[in-house]
Amino acid sequence: MRQERNNIFAQIDWILVFLFITLVGFGWMNIYAASKTEENNQILDFSTKYGKQIIWIALSVPLIIIILFFNSKFYERFSSIFYVISLIALVLLFPLGKEINGAKSWFNFGAMSLQPSEFVKAFTALAVAKLLSDRQYNLKLIKNQIKAFIIVFTPALLITLQPDAGSALIYLSFFFVLNREGLTLNYIIFGSLLIILFILTIFFGYIPILLSLLILITIGVFYAIYKGGKRFIRFNWYKVLTIYLVSTLFMFVTNFTYNKVFKQHHRDRFEVLLGLKTDKKNIGYNSHQSELTISSGSWTGKGFLKGDITKGDFVPEQHTDYIFSTVGEEWGFLGSSFVIILFMLMLYRIIYLAETHNNKFGRIYGYGVASILFFHIIVNIGMVIGLLPTVGIPLPFFSYGGSSLWGFTVLLFIFIRLDAHKNYDW
Amino acid sequence: MQRSFLLYFLITIIGIIFIGRLFQLQIIRGSNYDPIHNSAVKIEYDYPERGYVYDRNGKLLVANELSYDVMVQPNQVKPLDTLEFCNLLKIDKDSFLKRFQRAKNYASYLPSPFLKQLAKEDFAFLQEKLHKYSGFFIQKRIIRQYPINAAANVLGYIGEVNETLAKENDYYQAGELIGKDGIEREYENYLRGRKGKKYLQRNNLNKVTGSFSNGKYDTLPENGKDLSLTLDIDLQVFAQKLMSGKRGGIVAIEPSSGEILALVTAPSYDPNMLVGRKRSKNSTILFNDTISKPSYDRGLLAAYAPGSPFKMMNALIGLQENVINEQTSFKCYHGYKYGKRTNEFMGCHCGIIGRPIKLKTAIAKSCNSYFANTYKRIVEKNNKPSEGLDNWHKHISSFGLGNYLGYDLPAGSPGFIPKGATYDDIYKYSWNGSTTISNAIGQGEVLTTPIQLANFTAAIANKGYFYTPHILKQVDKKPIDNPKFTIAKQTTIDEKHFSPVIEAMHEVFKTGTGKWSQVKGIEICGKTGTAENFAKIDGQKIQLPDHSILVAFAPKENPKIALAIFVENGGYGSTIAAPITSLLIEKYLTGEISKANKYREQSMLNLSLQDIYDKLNQKPKEIASGTK
Repeated sequence: MRQERNNIFAQIDWILVFLFITLVGFGWMNIYAASKTEENNQILDFSTKYGKQIIWIALSVPLIIIILFFNSKFYERFSSIFYVISLIALVLLFPLGKEINGAKSWFNFGAMSLQPSEFVKAFTALAVAKLLSDRQYNLKLIKNQIKAFIIVFTPALLITLQPDAGSALIYLSFFFVLNREGLTLNYIIFGSLLIILFILTIFFGYIPILLSLLILITIGVFYAIYKGGKRFIRFNWYKVLTIYLVSTLFMFVTNFTYNKVFKQHHRDRFEVLLGLKTDKKNIGYNSHQSELTISSGSWTGKGFLKGDITKGDFVPEQHTDYIFSTVGEEWGFLGSSFVIILFMLMLYRIIYLAETHNNKFGRIYGYGVASILFFHIIVNIGMVIGLLPTVGIPLPFFSYGGSSLWGFTVLLFIFIRLDAHKNYDW
Repeated sequence: MQRSFLLYFLITIIGIIFIGRLFQLQIIRGSNYDPIHNSAVKIEYDYPERGYVYDRNGKLLVANELSYDVMVQPNQVKPLDTLEFCNLLKIDKDSFLKRFQRAKNYASYLPSPFLKQLAKEDFAFLQEKLHKYSGFFIQKRIIRQYPINAAANVLGYIGEVNETLAKENDYYQAGELIGKDGIEREYENYLRGRKGKKYLQRNNLNKVTGSFSNGKYDTLPENGKDLSLTLDIDLQVFAQKLMSGKRGGIVAIEPSSGEILALVTAPSYDPNMLVGRKRSKNSTILFNDTISKPSYDRGLLAAYAPGSPFKMMNALIGLQENVINEQTSFKCYHGYKYGKRTNEFMGCHCGIIGRPIKLKTAIAKSCNSYFANTYKRIVEKNNKPSEGLDNWHKHISSFGLGNYLGYDLPAGSPGFIPKGATYDDIYKYSWNGSTTISNAIGQGEVLTTPIQLANFTAAIANKGYFYTPHILKQVDKKPIDNPKFTIAKQTTIDEKHFSPVIEAMHEVFKTGTGKWSQVKGIEICGKTGTAENFAKIDGQKIQLPDHSILVAFAPKENPKIALAIFVENGGYGSTIAAPITSLLIEKYLTGEISKANKYREQSMLNLSLQDIYDKLNQKPKEIASGTK
């Protein structure tokens, strides 16, 4: 058993650190462009958004040092405690939280507010890693699957109740982690099918889709009978019946949910996105403005601080959720593709490193980090470039906001810390 | 297969999709992106002053005046003392609320006019108090002002650009001013100048935050050009006065240049009526008056049968075609019998019965028979009436009759000159000179406008050529150089044939129908005419008082003015048209009316045909003018 070297900095993955610094730095430049005004353009003006972001970035340095200071063992050993604290924090939001934009997601500490859900992601990832890294643990068993689901979906449920459905959506990314550790792919396939079915229902209506679904199943059953003969019916009639019942029920529930549970503004978002409705002024305003802003960038963009649409504040929430549109306008196709490639490199690197881990805990956690970041990037950029409906979640390392920046910093650097230690026995 | 493959695969797929989408947005769609015309750039216009308009002698006809609009931006308005405010603006509370609501409906965050074109006194008073009312402010506007009440039909007017035009034409924004008629419309491009543009960076609240791209695209305004017209405003005013109480038109042209000296339509209106706060009320009055039609420019638009002056045309063609000469004579027995039946007879009032009549006398006495014979010879020259008439048409066309003259005013009418084909259609190829004999004396199918007749007269005065009539003399004191107006147009008649016709026209004012309107010391050449016109009342064709027509030029040698006058229901040309003509010629050539002719001036100024017009209007009818 080798002794861990004292100098942790020699062991950490500098590629990830470099990607992190590049993304945060470039992100800040775009926040500056998006929130600068004619009156306020001093970089160290802390009353401005970009000034505050500098504080968050500066304070993330001691945070990183603290994270790296702790021993890897510490994160594994205390992951359950972190998780429980996370849940308590989420629960405490209900009596103590501050309501911003209709959701009680924030703790208010005088001058600053903290959004616990940004940190809970990292701690849930730790808890999942802890659970799955147990040698006795087998994800093929339904009992164990349910355990994992409970760990993942308890914080998601609490966040949904805030209500902040966007942030809760991210917990779906853990399916990738579970899949990596042996959970059957059927969950993901089944989930994707449901989403496709859902979209088709919005497009064509409830009855036609239900009918075609039933016809498809019937054809499938006849095909099975043709192949398997009478034996198929004898042994599988309850399965066939269940499929019919479940699909009818699903369609019914979908229809009911969409029309009765969803609010009008949710429905509008879907319908605008799917092109069933055109609206450039109200519901579709954000997406329309965002697309327009990005389009105006052309190949190389208008140049740093020269985006006139950005300057005019035409895109709402441009320094937070819509920050990518600033990249599109001022840095053009090359700049925005560059950002996407940076993110892809970071994700590839995390997965690559995770796969080299000797112990399961580090690998599973690494998968958690990659999946969470991946989901954020898909949902955020997909929304900004008009491919996905409006869901208000930040772009990792890029968007304005202390909680989000720190949350992702904690998420990433715990992994970097674990990774630095991977060659040593625990 | 490694389990990590799924995530690698998905990351790659998503990355490709996103970059593809960016390519679609930024490269494909981005190529249509216009850096200047988008919501982040506000264009502010700097309006130049519209050009002034002068007459040929430098007298100011159209000037600019400042006017003040009260503007409102509803989202900046704070609760206010409505009563006091209404008193300031001299409006009532209902009107206040209505105006405010209208502005709000337009856009709460944009300024829009609240009360337009404030009187100067009101403005001075309001200016001191207005700071109390946030959201309200004054905007200066330039409106047209007309120092001389005349020539409204020539000057035209300006109005606001509507949405349709603004969409069609890049230069204009809805609500800007544009020439709508007369020279304001014809020479809009000269008068308006070019507005300056300032590109400003604005934000989502429509607030301007600075200049866009450091003013790279900005342009400076270019002032409108001043125009000098060919009009002699003194002559114009005098002519308008003489036409008061009458309906009709006068067109006076300088033969040596084609410059329009006067263009009168009666009744007319004060150009100042279409300016200021009473504008919309007045325009309703003007444009809805379908009886006296003050907005209808009779000088340019009224196409009537020319009557006797057209005989000169036939004389000239006869001479040119060599079917008559100065010595050719015809006899007249109270008229001309053009067919075998008794009703196929055209009466004549020349009074010379049974004696040979030569060309000069025929014109001076306006002998119908003479020209019927001449016309018949022209048309039947080669025994092919269709070809003969086409040839006749060709000669007439060379004088600018039967088509748009091409002058520089937006209103016009082509008139009508028949061709062989016209009658081939009507009479199925079986016709001859007799069938169309009315054309000989300017009745029948022939239709001309006063400006066409004036131009025809100028061509006679010039002995064979004319300059296309025009109204614009100088642009910013520089003479126009449009070849359309500066190069003479030749007619198809040789110069030598004009002399006998001019002699005859001279005779008209010496011994003929115009002799009572002579002016001492001025040799006037002219020709009077009457155009019969009929009304259909209950299916009955009823003859109305004739339209009075006259063409003239003076002096005989080196002519300075050629004119055509036309008075609706004015009876014989000699009673109204001739005295007015002689007064105008005297005024233009000598600058005043001599004592000897003062009585003539007075009687013409006082003469009103209103009684006749009122009588005509009592019966619902359609006037079929100048047909027989």
